[in-house]
Formats: sequence, C-alpha cells, structure tokens
Amino acid sequence: MDKIPILRMGPFLLVTIQIDLYDRLALNLETDLINMVHKTGARGVLIDISAVSIVDSFMGRILGNIASMTRVLDAETVVVGMQPAVAITLIELGLSLHGVHTALDVERGMALLQTKHSLDDEMAGDDADDTE
Amino acid sequence: MLMTLSKDSMSITREQDVVPCRNRVKEVAVKIGMGIVNQTKLVTAASELVRNILRYADSGEVLIEVVSKGRESGIRLTFSDKGPGIADINLAMQDGYSTGRSLGLGLPGTKRLVNEFDIKSTVGQGTVVTILKWKNG
Repeated sequence: MDKIPILRMGPFLLVTIQIDLYDRLALNLETDLINMVHKTGARGVLIDISAVSIVDSFMGRILGNIASMTRVLDAETVVVGMQPAVAITLIELGLSLHGVHTALDVERGMALLQTKHSLDDEMAGDDADDTE
Repeated sequence: MLMTLSKDSMSITREQDVVPCRNRVKEVAVKIGMGIVNQTKLVTAASELVRNILRYADSGEVLIEVVSKGRESGIRLTFSDKGPGIADINLAMQDGYSTGRSLGLGLPGTKRLVNEFDIKSTVGQGTVVTILKWKNG
C-alpha cells in the first residue's frame, strides 16, 4: 500500500505529494495528518502539491477537510505550489478551496506559517501580561 | 463530419484504476499536441467520471478516441457502466446535488471542463457519459 510521508520540521509538519493520488490514498493522508497534528502538537501543516498534475473535486474536498480539521486542533494548513493549469481547472470545476490558505511556493508557505505562529505567541504573551 | 482516428479502451474495476486511466488520457492528449490547460481539464473530467463509475456502479469501461472534424482534432471519452442508472438527469446535473456523500460537483463541474458533454442513463440498466475536448477548445 502506498503511503505519503509526513516530515516534522520544528513546530510544523511538511507533506510533499509526489505520487498520483487516488481516493483511498488521499483519505489515508487526511487521517495520518490529523493524527500527527494531535500527537506532535504541531502548529502548522504545509502541503506541497507542486508535483500534482490534477486535483479533482474529491482531492479538493480532502484539502479543505484537512484545513478545517487541523484548525480545530489549533494548527493552520497551507497548500503550496499549485500549478497554474490546476488552479484554472479547480475554479472552473467549481471548487474555490474556501478556507484553505495557499502560497506560491514552499518558502512563502513556510513564511506564512511562521508569521501565524509568532502572532499566536505574541497574543499568548499579551494574555500573560494581562494576568499579572 | 466527426472521424475517429484511433481507439483504445480500459476497464475500471478498482479505485487504483483511476491512475492508469488518467495517465492514458494524458498520454493521448500530449500526443495530439493539446496544451497543458486543456490537458489538465480533460484529465480532471476523466477522473471525476471514473470516480462516478466506481462509486455508483462498481465497475465499467472507458473508451478513449482521438477524433477529428475538419482541421480540428480532439479527444472523445466514453464512460459506460451497468450500474443503477440515474433517475433524474436534470437533477444530477445541478451544482451541489448528490445522492452520494460528495460535493455534487462531479457532473456539472465536468461539463464545464469540456466542449461537449452527453449523458444517457436508464434506471436499472446503466449510464453512458460521453465527453469531447478539442485540442484548441
């Protein structure tokens, strides 16, 4: 059975999808990622789809699910590297990936996660000050 | 007049079959010189329709044809199954309607991705969906 590896990078999880996805594989990735977020307490998930040549409605839904599920576990998901043809096709298909953060490439995606992470820290810091 | 230049068929019996099917469609699209955006739209449409076969009928067949009309060439895909059929095609073609647990984008979304879309279904006998994408369509 194929499996998509999930790497841990500090407070974030990194997934690079390099094989063609079929439904079961995408569903397993969803479950694995959510379990990993829970287990590691990760604050962000970065999914690199630059090697993915098509995203259909099912895979689009899985990406949306992952974003919503990680959010309720207090982790942000950002999808990076979408090919232009995939973006055009997704929107025409009717999927706008509402609620999913996106970035052009891994570098910008990481920067986005860092910003969100440090914002959270600052707010936590403020809260601590207030209670003093 | 529409002429068929080549023909190839694949059977769809399990979930993993969607991968070779997408690859085969892509190969043919590359071969006739279809651009990357149209290729992606066609392959995505094929992926949606293969999923429908697997979800509603368990198994079926895909026919991949290279067709031409005048100077224009394109790819026609026919997805047939002997599943339960669709009782109300107009309803099934509406955005957001689904009898399965999905977003209900499959059929109407697929129609938006291709140049020609035809669906025939008889309850209890099965469904045939034919799509056509012109090389420069």
